Amino acid sequence: MSNERTSVVIRFSGDSGDGMQLTGTQFSNTSAVMGNDIATFPDFPAEIRAPQGTIAGVSGFQVHIGATEINTPGDEPDVLVAMNPAALKANLHAIKKGGTVIINIDAFTPLNFKKCGYAEDPRTTGELDSYQMIEAKITNQTLEALSSFDLDNKAKGRCKNFYALGMTYFMFGRELEPTIKWVQTKFGKKPILAEANIAALKAGRNFAETLEAVVSTYIPPAKIKPGKYRQINGNVATAWGFIQAAQASGLKLFLGSYPITPASDILHELSKHKNFGVKTFQAEDEIAAICSSIGASFGGALGITTSSGPGIALKGEAMGLAMMYELPLVVINVQRGGPSTGLPTKTEQSDLNQALFGRNGECPMIVVAASRPSDCFEMAFEASRLTLEHMTPVVLLTDGYIANGAEPWLIPDLKDNFNKINTKLIEEVDGDFLAYERDEKLVRPWAIPGVAGLEHRVGGIEKDDGTGNVSYDPENHQKMVKIRAEKVAKVAENIPLQNIEGDKSGDTLVVSWGGTYGSTHTAVDELRKEGHSVSLMHLKYINPMPSNVKDILKNFNNIVVAELNMGQLKDFMNAKFECNAVGINQVKGLPFKVSELKKRIIELSNNKSFKPVPESLEVGSQLEGRQ
Amino acid sequence: MTETVAYKKKDFVSDQEVRWCPGCGDYAILSSVQLAMTKLGKKKEDIVFVSGIGCSSRFPYYMNTYGMHTIHGRAPAFATGLKVHNPNLEVWQITGDGDGLSIGGNHLIHALRRNVDINIILFNNEIYGLTKGQYSPSSQYGLVTKSTPYGSVDRPFNVASLALGAGTTFFARTIDTDPKHMMAVFAEASKHKGTSIVEVLQNCVIFNDKVHDLYTNKDTRDDHTVRLEHGKPMVFGKEKNKGLRLNGFKPEVVTIGENGVTENDLLVHDENDEFLAHLLGNLKGEGLPVPLGVLKKMETPTYEMDMENQNMAIVEKKGQGDMTNLLNSGDTWVVN
Repeated sequence: MSNERTSVVIRFSGDSGDGMQLTGTQFSNTSAVMGNDIATFPDFPAEIRAPQGTIAGVSGFQVHIGATEINTPGDEPDVLVAMNPAALKANLHAIKKGGTVIINIDAFTPLNFKKCGYAEDPRTTGELDSYQMIEAKITNQTLEALSSFDLDNKAKGRCKNFYALGMTYFMFGRELEPTIKWVQTKFGKKPILAEANIAALKAGRNFAETLEAVVSTYIPPAKIKPGKYRQINGNVATAWGFIQAAQASGLKLFLGSYPITPASDILHELSKHKNFGVKTFQAEDEIAAICSSIGASFGGALGITTSSGPGIALKGEAMGLAMMYELPLVVINVQRGGPSTGLPTKTEQSDLNQALFGRNGECPMIVVAASRPSDCFEMAFEASRLTLEHMTPVVLLTDGYIANGAEPWLIPDLKDNFNKINTKLIEEVDGDFLAYERDEKLVRPWAIPGVAGLEHRVGGIEKDDGTGNVSYDPENHQKMVKIRAEKVAKVAENIPLQNIEGDKSGDTLVVSWGGTYGSTHTAVDELRKEGHSVSLMHLKYINPMPSNVKDILKNFNNIVVAELNMGQLKDFMNAKFECNAVGINQVKGLPFKVSELKKRIIELSNNKSFKPVPESLEVGSQLEGRQ
Repeated sequence: MTETVAYKKKDFVSDQEVRWCPGCGDYAILSSVQLAMTKLGKKKEDIVFVSGIGCSSRFPYYMNTYGMHTIHGRAPAFATGLKVHNPNLEVWQITGDGDGLSIGGNHLIHALRRNVDINIILFNNEIYGLTKGQYSPSSQYGLVTKSTPYGSVDRPFNVASLALGAGTTFFARTIDTDPKHMMAVFAEASKHKGTSIVEVLQNCVIFNDKVHDLYTNKDTRDDHTVRLEHGKPMVFGKEKNKGLRLNGFKPEVVTIGENGVTENDLLVHDENDEFLAHLLGNLKGEGLPVPLGVLKKMETPTYEMDMENQNMAIVEKKGQGDMTNLLNSGDTWVVN
């Protein structure tokens, strides 16, 4: 028996050593290769190996695959794979009522119940009554399937995630080939491990086929734009975007960084690509990391530094210095739950105020934010373009969700895109050289050591306009503060106009920014299909904002700003535009659920009547397609 | 590549008015550095002075080269990034005992550990000057300052031991009253491939006047300092008749000609001797002279060249990076 459905959400969950991230990634990749659209959400603990069997040690990976456009990892999983009781306990509340729960009963022992706080076997208490439960001896069956392999039981046991994966492959009609190919490449040097994992995968698949309760369900390919695709996560896309920006500007890329979750993967990725002339410097601390980048930038590099909120807090003084120097620099904040150490592995958008205001003195910075994993490539490139063209630092905000989340990406053609950035580098001047002489955009030239005749000094003390010499003159300081602010404001002339998804006027405008795009886009799209007069304005350029934002706001009765913080963009917009925006705010360390977003948007719009969408307008026609 | 450029001192003097207190030791250091620059054989446009915050850190404004006046304590990090990006540059870092040992202590030790080819001059006046007279990490125990009116209970760093402990490949000490010695030491520091740190015993005429008097005063200096010269016995004293000798592991002062002591009994300086460097670094008090000159000079591959070579080796192995290839690497699939 086989039937079809348009989408399914699966969550793989187990101990952090159980290989759940790998299992989820394999399911996602196979589905992408089979033509589905996908979105993923890895959710793992901060501890590398928390005590086995405890709730704290549960690691999860959620994947949403579909025959239509998929923009979020899904609100409620249809299927839970629980490798132990802790995984069941930690996740059951999130699973759709009536959904399927696959449990590894070999791990359902009194000791494990105790470890995660079950007073008794949850299978006997009725709490699983609302779900279709599939009990499988995942551990023992894996050992059984591998009985003829010359491996110890520990090594055999490690293959149990592939047994579970095999079960889900049957349930959703997934081809085994992509995973088999991957395993063979991965364990190329240890064929026995490759064979063992493949055997476990097949055993799991075959076991599922024997179960009467399981009906294989197929999710047909989605209608997505033709072309060549790859999977990409946000951190890799960020790293690659900067490499491309260095190529397009003819500069060498220099990354000064200090390890921090969830940003370290950008450092890891860039340190692989030395053959692009990339230099990565793992500094002794966050401050040294940014300072080394500014030093490199003074020397003519595309200097960047990567971190997360706590690290950015330490970098604040140096960010101010780069702004005073008027040198290029990109500061990347892969946001995580805060404040202080907060929730290192969870996502949040609560560093917007820090990006906008977190420095001493009058210190405006360009702030941009990536909207989804693949968009990190474009926004890393954009951040580089803006900093090089305007000679002032840029903050690029991503977050733990899009940094670790992966999606299919239509590989861009670099012949026509992302291929040129102009710098302000100069080799000579007519007459006297003035390091702080400005062009019509108020941008100064970039003269680097090694160029004769352009020797000059930069400093953090206020400088005389033009010469750059130290100046304590009151009038000059006021003038310089204004110039630096105006220079940042003028960036608005060099960024795309803001687009709107949906009608250009109406009852409610939902405003969002950064990594929540998948959720807000889906919520607004669904509300419009249900007949509500609602549009979406998703911001990627936050300071300065595109010049048409003010006019867009005028055309709506309600402005609702949805963000994963306590209202930082909302407050910023109210201060800037006096637009009476109200907020949808969540700080749970998790992305928005579409269903909750929809509910809140309706509630907050209720003071005004919803107008139905004109029939002539094809809903979704103006929605931004995936590139 | 090394075409010699003939510079005069004035080529390195910027048009900015120097604003240190009259009588400050910094003037002599500035002048010696400017003179030393004429003797390096480096092009002016390839020289960069980087500093942090403090009296000494105003230095780059007065040098007619490229310069960065940065933030408090962090100059080693700026200098490292700059040198790593462009190894061809001659990078000098100017710091003081507050900037370099207190707020910037972490960056200093890591720069020394990595062996980036930068030259660090640490002006040690054992006091905070720009913030107007608080004790510093090199102030002597018990020093009365604005923030220690009853005497400091902080114990000072020994700059030499700290630097040597951090693994510096070059350490020298000089003194602001001896321009010739300063120039010679700066030139040596520049020649050294790897991090070099020069401690300059410098006088703050306002907040810690005469702190180094014992080593600068004509009456006492010769008996309390020893000038190190590579390969030469350690002789010192007004009469040039005192020497340093090892007694077991302990250095002691002996008089040549007394008790049968000859020059042959004295310690002979060897810049390449790690053990000796540590011993000399600890030399102070108990009638022992303070060593001036190059305590240690041992060459080993520099950080920036190791990185450069690694990058070139990877290019050789993998070929020049191609972004289109990278984007198309790994698992890809075509949607029709």
